[in-house]
Amino acid sequence: MKKLREMDYAVLQQCMHCGLCLPTCPTYDATKIERNSPRGRISLMRAIADGDLEATRAFGEEMYFCLGCLACQTACPAGVDYNQLFETARAEAEASGHLANPARTLLRTVLLRGLFPSPRLLRLVGRLLWLYQASGLETIVRRSGLLRLLPKRLRALEGQRPTIERRFSHQQIAPVETPSAAKRRYRVGLLTGCIQDLSYASINRDTADVLLANGCEVVTPPVQPCCGSLLAHNGDTETAAALARRNIDTFPPGQFDAIITNAGGCGSHLKNYHHLLVDDPVYAAQAKEWSRKVKDIHEWLVEIGLRAPQVIAPVTQTVTYHESCHLCHGQKVTAQPRALLKTIPGLRLVELPEANWCCGSAGVYNLTQPEMSRQLLERKLGHIGQTGALTVATANPGCLLQLANGARDAGLSLEIVHPITLLARAYREEQKRA
Amino acid sequence: MSTLSFEDLAAFLAPGQILTTPEDLIPYSFDGTAVLKQLPRAVVFPETTAQVSDLLKWSHRTGTPIVTRGSGTGLSGGSVPSVGSVVLCLARMNRILEVDARNLTLLAEAGVVTQAAATAAEGIGLFYPPDPGSMKISTLGGNVAENSGGLRGLKYGVTRDYVMGLEIVLPDGEIVWTGNKCVKDVAGYSLKDLFIGSEGTLGVVTKILLKLIPKPAARATLLAVYDSMDQAAATVSEIIAARIIPCTLEFLDRVTIECVENFSHVGLPLDAEAVLLIETDGHPAAVAEESQAMAAIARAQGARSVQVAATPEEGAALAAARRSAFSALARVAPTTILEDATVPRSELVTMIRRIEEIGRKYRLKVGTFGHMGDGNLHPTFLTNEKNHEEMERVEQAMNEIFAAALELGGTITGEHGVGLAKKRFLPGALGSLNLRLMRELKKVLDPKGLLNPGKMFDPA
Repeated sequence: MKKLREMDYAVLQQCMHCGLCLPTCPTYDATKIERNSPRGRISLMRAIADGDLEATRAFGEEMYFCLGCLACQTACPAGVDYNQLFETARAEAEASGHLANPARTLLRTVLLRGLFPSPRLLRLVGRLLWLYQASGLETIVRRSGLLRLLPKRLRALEGQRPTIERRFSHQQIAPVETPSAAKRRYRVGLLTGCIQDLSYASINRDTADVLLANGCEVVTPPVQPCCGSLLAHNGDTETAAALARRNIDTFPPGQFDAIITNAGGCGSHLKNYHHLLVDDPVYAAQAKEWSRKVKDIHEWLVEIGLRAPQVIAPVTQTVTYHESCHLCHGQKVTAQPRALLKTIPGLRLVELPEANWCCGSAGVYNLTQPEMSRQLLERKLGHIGQTGALTVATANPGCLLQLANGARDAGLSLEIVHPITLLARAYREEQKRA
Repeated sequence: MSTLSFEDLAAFLAPGQILTTPEDLIPYSFDGTAVLKQLPRAVVFPETTAQVSDLLKWSHRTGTPIVTRGSGTGLSGGSVPSVGSVVLCLARMNRILEVDARNLTLLAEAGVVTQAAATAAEGIGLFYPPDPGSMKISTLGGNVAENSGGLRGLKYGVTRDYVMGLEIVLPDGEIVWTGNKCVKDVAGYSLKDLFIGSEGTLGVVTKILLKLIPKPAARATLLAVYDSMDQAAATVSEIIAARIIPCTLEFLDRVTIECVENFSHVGLPLDAEAVLLIETDGHPAAVAEESQAMAAIARAQGARSVQVAATPEEGAALAAARRSAFSALARVAPTTILEDATVPRSELVTMIRRIEEIGRKYRLKVGTFGHMGDGNLHPTFLTNEKNHEEMERVEQAMNEIFAAALELGGTITGEHGVGLAKKRFLPGALGSLNLRLMRELKKVLDPKGLLNPGKMFDPA
């Protein structure tokens, strides 16, 4: 793993500290302190590279106060690769050991190194969690007041846990699904994700349906490794690289026209495998092809010419669209989800003010920085309220969960839904009437 | 150097208003200017004029230098900390206090972001014209301190033309108001004008009373594309000769076009030698007539194409793209050294040629863009601060560019200020008598030399 002192200095130098990132940074906006801004953080990274600063505890904390939303990357005319800087800096912070404490280390070992890299174990845990939730035991525990015995941090965690679906992706999607021969135009791989696989498997089903409706043969290997974004963003680039290699083995890019992801956070990282594996003698070339072929579902559908659903008596529905940071800033996919939503008959899309401002989910940020996360969530819910829309479309499991929890806690009856689900519903409506 | 007693500061500032750790200070050791760096001893965030006053009294008592700062986007090193200084950051004094629709004024604290003031004015159909490149984050206080310009300077002037009054904290902590809402006022010296563009060396501006004007009813944006720089320059001359004053008349050279397009994707032609971005605003009939006339002039001067923005959004996107020019140039090289040599408009073509020659002579990559309509050019050296030999050549080229500008009756800085970056060129530009007057003024207002020391000029 490269450290700040060893990385290409030109990446650090790319920042000419003009300050145009400042107004787009949610943490700087909240504190007005330069250290909490992109150029401030880069100046600290550069100080470490220059040998003027050690990777101190304060440095590490700052790197974890950053949301990693990459809004600064969109704003930056100079083309700074903040993502690379941020991942290197978090890895440096981890390597320094300043952030380590027994609980944190245990959690990192169990979750990051143990659970997420192992899809079968993750599904086992998911199954147990489902049993706990579906059996009614969770309700009993919640009512019993037992949760009050938990430390505050864990109690907050409990409140934000996702609801596990009864059937995971592999139980809903066959390994290969093919549209009728006359309609078949492309062959694509479908990435089912980790959290998405457990909590939002139906979105994966919807994605497969939408792809089939647009002439794509869908290949969905039943066991898939996690994409590794959570690891790369939390300072463990080595495990992230191992996962990248396993994903490339699972989806040899040469066999597909595109490799489809429907989660903004995953997609941003998946498209970055060529950077992650640049020094890998075996995988570097394949990783290049992989990064080129990974497509966000909205991006892909618009690229191949999305078929508009034909619904005879559409139900009028007002929808607003919240942009996942890593879809809009990480992947620059902004027009396509809106274009896709607009093809749905009866759907009225109202623009969300500050649509591309982070909702505070940001991977595990809502757990590590609950206060800042809450502020951002409230800001987001306020803007959603202004639109008058009762449906919020967003294309990332973290955002879906954050907004759903936020709406629930605020007593708002909002439907938080993936754009692809809305499209899949329209296609189903169309078939019903056909 | 006095020892810094933070207990003193704690008497009038809350703990959250004082930063002292290395991790907090490093990000305040620079502004938007390349290369210049200096650590401050502390950074403080007053929230009221009274706190600023207390701070300056403390500075006066302890002899601690104070460097005032807004968002730190300056381009001459004006807000780079002086040695041993405390940075006074006004970012938290960011309230708009009043928009007066009857007198067409806006009263704001100095930390208000320029864009926020412009948006507030627009909210009631009024217009605040100064639009520096960094207006999305630059502060009004910083704009006043540097007397910032922008893209609309040609028709609407610069920050100075919109300042009606200032609240200033003097170096000894006294608070003074100068100016008012009267359109006419000749009572005494115009002290506010002394503080505008004084780069934080005479006092700390805490409140600003701005003049607003009615929002122009219509606007048209044109993009003219050229195969040679001369054709673009000739177009500018002809537009001025035709007695048309557009609100914006910007030019980008080939290097700049490429960088801006790579960032903004607004459809600039990558094979052009120069483009002109022209904007006219006002009464719809006048706008229509002027844009037609300017398009005809551009074509007559050999423009390869003249495109009129179809929608206001398209026009705004072009202007926003132009505003990104300086930062976008950083795509090409690790270090971008931006100058703002300015000449009388009649000398523009000569100046552009001189810049090209000088760039060639010193074997440097130079991207040039700027406000063609008001003679304010931004030759930008694309270099690497780690390459000392090349940086030497940049120095020499800069010297020659400034000498050329002065020879043509121009100035060393049109809108970025002197700060540290142009300090050594100031005596040559002004002459000894001007400099003596400035030093004497500084001595009267800041006898201990505690406000932004080392900037603009040294005491005699």
